[in-house]
Amino acid sequence: MDEILVLAEHRNGELREITFELLTAANVLGKAHDLAVTGLLLAHEASSLAGRLQGACDTLLFMEDPELAQYSAEHYLAVLQMLLGDRKPVLTMIGHTAEGMDLAPALATRLSLPLVTDCVEISLEGGELAVLRQIYGGKINARLAMKPAESYLLTLRPGTFDAEAQQGKSASVETIAAPSWTDLKGRRFLGYAEAELEDVDISAADILVSVGRGIGKAENIAVAQDFADAIGATVSCSRPVADEEWLPKSRQVGTSGKTVRPKIYIALGISGAYQHQAGMKNADTIIAVNKDPMAPIFNVAHYGIVDDLFKVLPALAEKFAKK
Amino acid sequence: MDIVVCVKQVPEVTDAELEVTKDGTGIITEDLEFDINEWDNYAVEEAVRIKEAQGGTVTVITLGDEECEDVLRTALAMGADKAIRIEEEGFELSDAAGIAHGLYRVIRNLSFDLLLTGVQSSDDGWSQVGPILAELLGLPYAALVVNVEIADGMITVHRELESNTRERVELPLPAALTIQTGINNPRYVSIMGIQKVRRIEITETGSEELELSEEEIGSHGSSVASQVLSIPPVGEGAEILTGSLDEICEKTAQIIRDKGGVV
Repeated sequence: MDEILVLAEHRNGELREITFELLTAANVLGKAHDLAVTGLLLAHEASSLAGRLQGACDTLLFMEDPELAQYSAEHYLAVLQMLLGDRKPVLTMIGHTAEGMDLAPALATRLSLPLVTDCVEISLEGGELAVLRQIYGGKINARLAMKPAESYLLTLRPGTFDAEAQQGKSASVETIAAPSWTDLKGRRFLGYAEAELEDVDISAADILVSVGRGIGKAENIAVAQDFADAIGATVSCSRPVADEEWLPKSRQVGTSGKTVRPKIYIALGISGAYQHQAGMKNADTIIAVNKDPMAPIFNVAHYGIVDDLFKVLPALAEKFAKK
Repeated sequence: MDIVVCVKQVPEVTDAELEVTKDGTGIITEDLEFDINEWDNYAVEEAVRIKEAQGGTVTVITLGDEECEDVLRTALAMGADKAIRIEEEGFELSDAAGIAHGLYRVIRNLSFDLLLTGVQSSDDGWSQVGPILAELLGLPYAALVVNVEIADGMITVHRELESNTRERVELPLPAALTIQTGINNPRYVSIMGIQKVRRIEITETGSEELELSEEEIGSHGSSVASQVLSIPPVGEGAEILTGSLDEICEKTAQIIRDKGGVV
């Protein structure tokens, strides 16, 4: 049977959520098109990781080697070059994560495979890959039909498929031997760097007043801080604010920052890129203020105010001052 | 340290209301402003900082029409020394691999220690060109770089991972990196600054000169058969509060109180 191959992602001895999101997506496709789902686990001393994977695929390919203790682009490329060349899966799926963004384009080039990245929907009608992507910061949907190919490679946007879905499978484990690691280019993993010291733990806050690019400049953070003080909230931010160093990185909400789940999340001038949404969409109540009515943040917010935050904030702060 | 940086001109869409063209193949760009891709701006800044610290040259390359010279001028004003533009003709409808092949044909003839690109572009967001170039050039590489240190022919970088974590990796030079936003604070370029570099000649080349065939670039070379754009449907989404500013704020204050703010 033809197969869909899914690359498992793990860090510090734990499988990443994206692995199961990929497997869910692969199983949906597999069921629809009579394709086997094959998991691929590249690791070292990690047989404990195999169990949960076996429940979600038909075959689990398992390679153990000291060089695979953590993700390494060059070793992964060597393994996948060997495996994909032999097995020619109809589709190979990798997460659109720090790992997948690093790995997939080089892999596609090495094997001359068609690659489509950051997909949010996937179909394989008639063996031809078609996907939905979001472009222009989530403001435009792009539906792509790929040209016919024997084998495709794609990366899946995190958070688009359910990681908890049960597949009720029990894959057999096929152990494969590591290649001889020739033709490496010298990239070497040194270690994980510790996060910066935190002034405040935003993930512990009940109410977050979160500022985005719309806050405009560092001096304006004070406006948001005053409002936050008035309602007993903590100030957090989206990526551009941390990039500009208007607030420390430890205040950043989103994929590369913190995931938060406060009672109230007030997004001020945040457009709502998916990386940000991934970090806050599970807040109990989300209120978004943005002057752009098409800002993606309004798709996850419960309440929206389409106006200039500098008009809204003082007027809103007054409501609390009067009391 | 000689550094090559790939840059792209993109429309500014953060506060713009976008419309899709009738045939659905693109967005209407007439009223949009164009600028250097945000990630590339950080890459140029990083290159210039390394040059300022260690000496050497910075060469910027773009693939696009004549209008795209603006981003090259911006990069020159930031401190780049040389600029190359690959004419867009023939590359229309290329996928990321097609664009990368165009850049590759130029870059392979350059002598350099470090190749930088942005992690992704703010328009298509493929995040592919950097690692593809590395593979074509046979270079070690690292994507999503937020810190760079260079010593003794080796480069140590921090890659940004999820959940406020970084990974340190070491690479021998020459190497290729894709640069993440926030790695530095890009300098501001004034109109005066751009005036000063207006005489620097921009080297131009094109797909014919680079001996790229139709099979490698453009729609023929692309792995994409068709792409149809649309404005995303408004989902359940937010309840938009309406009324006067005062009424809206009163409602909002009530929501905040109801949901547990300010007891």
